[in-house]
Amino acid sequence: MPEPVISISGLCKSYGDCEAVRGIDLEVERGEVFAFLGPNGAGKTTTVEIMEGFRTRSAGEVSVLGEDPGMAGRSWRERVGFVLQQSKPDAYLTVREALSLYAGYYEAPRPIDDTIELIGLTEAADQRARRLSGGQQRRLDVGLALIGDPELLFLDEPTTGFDPSARRQFWRVLESLRDLGKTIFLTTHYMDEAQELAGRVAIIARGEIVAQGTPAGLVDRDRAPALIRFRLPSGIAASELPGEAAAAEGADGDGGASFHTTAPVRALNDLTGWALERGLELDELEVRRPSLEDVYLELTGESSDGSA
Amino acid sequence: MSGFALVFHQLRYDQKSFWRNPASVFFTVMFPVLLLVIFALVFSGQTVDVGAGIDVDAYYVPAIITLAVISATMQSLAMSLTIAREDGRLKRGRGTPMPSWVFIAGRIGNAIVVSVLMLVLIAAIGEIAFGVGIPWSRLPEILLTLALGAASFCCLGVALTAAIPSEDAAAPIANFVLLPLYFLSGIFIPEDQIPAGVLAFADVFPVRHFFEAFFSVYEPVSSGGGGMEWGNLAIVVAWGGVGLLLALRYFRWTPKDG
Repeated sequence: MPEPVISISGLCKSYGDCEAVRGIDLEVERGEVFAFLGPNGAGKTTTVEIMEGFRTRSAGEVSVLGEDPGMAGRSWRERVGFVLQQSKPDAYLTVREALSLYAGYYEAPRPIDDTIELIGLTEAADQRARRLSGGQQRRLDVGLALIGDPELLFLDEPTTGFDPSARRQFWRVLESLRDLGKTIFLTTHYMDEAQELAGRVAIIARGEIVAQGTPAGLVDRDRAPALIRFRLPSGIAASELPGEAAAAEGADGDGGASFHTTAPVRALNDLTGWALERGLELDELEVRRPSLEDVYLELTGESSDGSA
Repeated sequence: MSGFALVFHQLRYDQKSFWRNPASVFFTVMFPVLLLVIFALVFSGQTVDVGAGIDVDAYYVPAIITLAVISATMQSLAMSLTIAREDGRLKRGRGTPMPSWVFIAGRIGNAIVVSVLMLVLIAAIGEIAFGVGIPWSRLPEILLTLALGAASFCCLGVALTAAIPSEDAAAPIANFVLLPLYFLSGIFIPEDQIPAGVLAFADVFPVRHFFEAFFSVYEPVSSGGGGMEWGNLAIVVAWGGVGLLLALRYFRWTPKDG
């Protein structure tokens, strides 16, 4: 069995009294896109920076490409690329020059033009970084991470602050990297990003991993029931409704009601049968499958919208 | 690539970036030229009471070369390294296989290249516009003094970055440190107009010692004085050594705010 690219067990990091990371275990296989989700301050960046060798750990085992990142040297750095949460390329170098500069740091860099094409900056190749948009600068940053042709790529919140179309362009770049067989470790607080790109996801909250699995697997769990939402017919109280619907709560003052159920087919059948018998209409009836976002909000204890 | 090849690689791109940045071209290259012209015009025809008495133009040419070298080394490094640190480029560079000292060496190489260029530029303007002869026979002494001074002020510049909390603070802090010293050390105001007590105070710091050492090698050979000033140079190098130790101890690769 091939060795995992990243293997972490019992990782802890404390700053004084503050325990930023409290016993994390995770493994990432070769060629996988792994998304690390969590709210700000949950310990994402701390964990990633320990894996990148920028921070020391307080306890636990960390192996990245078979080496301890805290001790790893030049040959290890040849194999790892990363995009930091905050970094700006040199404002006065062009895209091509910035990539050529970084290419010189590596033994066997990728071809420059090829990389420019991969990050979608062919049109802007001879523009200075200061003239690039935020999204283009970030893609240049990914180019710099890729120029050494790494096996493993760390991306720390790469699309924060992007507009929706820039985010989609960025996703296309990551998909091409995935197709090249790169292992990608992505931290993000955007659920759609994880759902779109990642094969597996871990959710971190308050320094601990609270769930781990495929995006679909996380959503199918019992803890994330479906939501049925409708408007109460006039003159009917929620307690008069059949089955699980009797527990429905009003989301607002004018008759909106909703309830969670792990058996949506039965609950819906009960509710609609009841309404048909009485000749009532259930306005605005909808069934919402739980999204990864719902799971995330529940697990991380973040405040969610009024319907949940 | 080997270490030295990497330094040249880095230097090539640092040079591009330097010459394309209007702020660095103005403050490091144009500003000293402007100062030389202004001082030479304002104090035109005066004599500075140094040694046997020296024409004011002959005083200001070495003074402005001193300023230009300090500006290209200490000031310019303090600012560009702080910006690179706060932009995350120093941290990013550390994550590549390039040894991190190469990054600093590239910037120091850049500072030395610009220093030598400023020597040539100011010396040429001094000779052509103001008739201040270049003391060619002392060229080795001039280059040696410049090299030791530039290296020392580079160390001080790298050390100073540790005291600069953000990009925005880089220029004000560097100016706060250097501008008063330019005045007190006789670079802006001819030293025969500065009270002895003030000069004695300036003697604590390296700017005045570097100026004296450089002035002495640049003095007209015909004056009979001048030559290598090992004592002054030793104090400059000692300051550089302190800067180097401080830099090794306190230099940061990661942004201060993250």
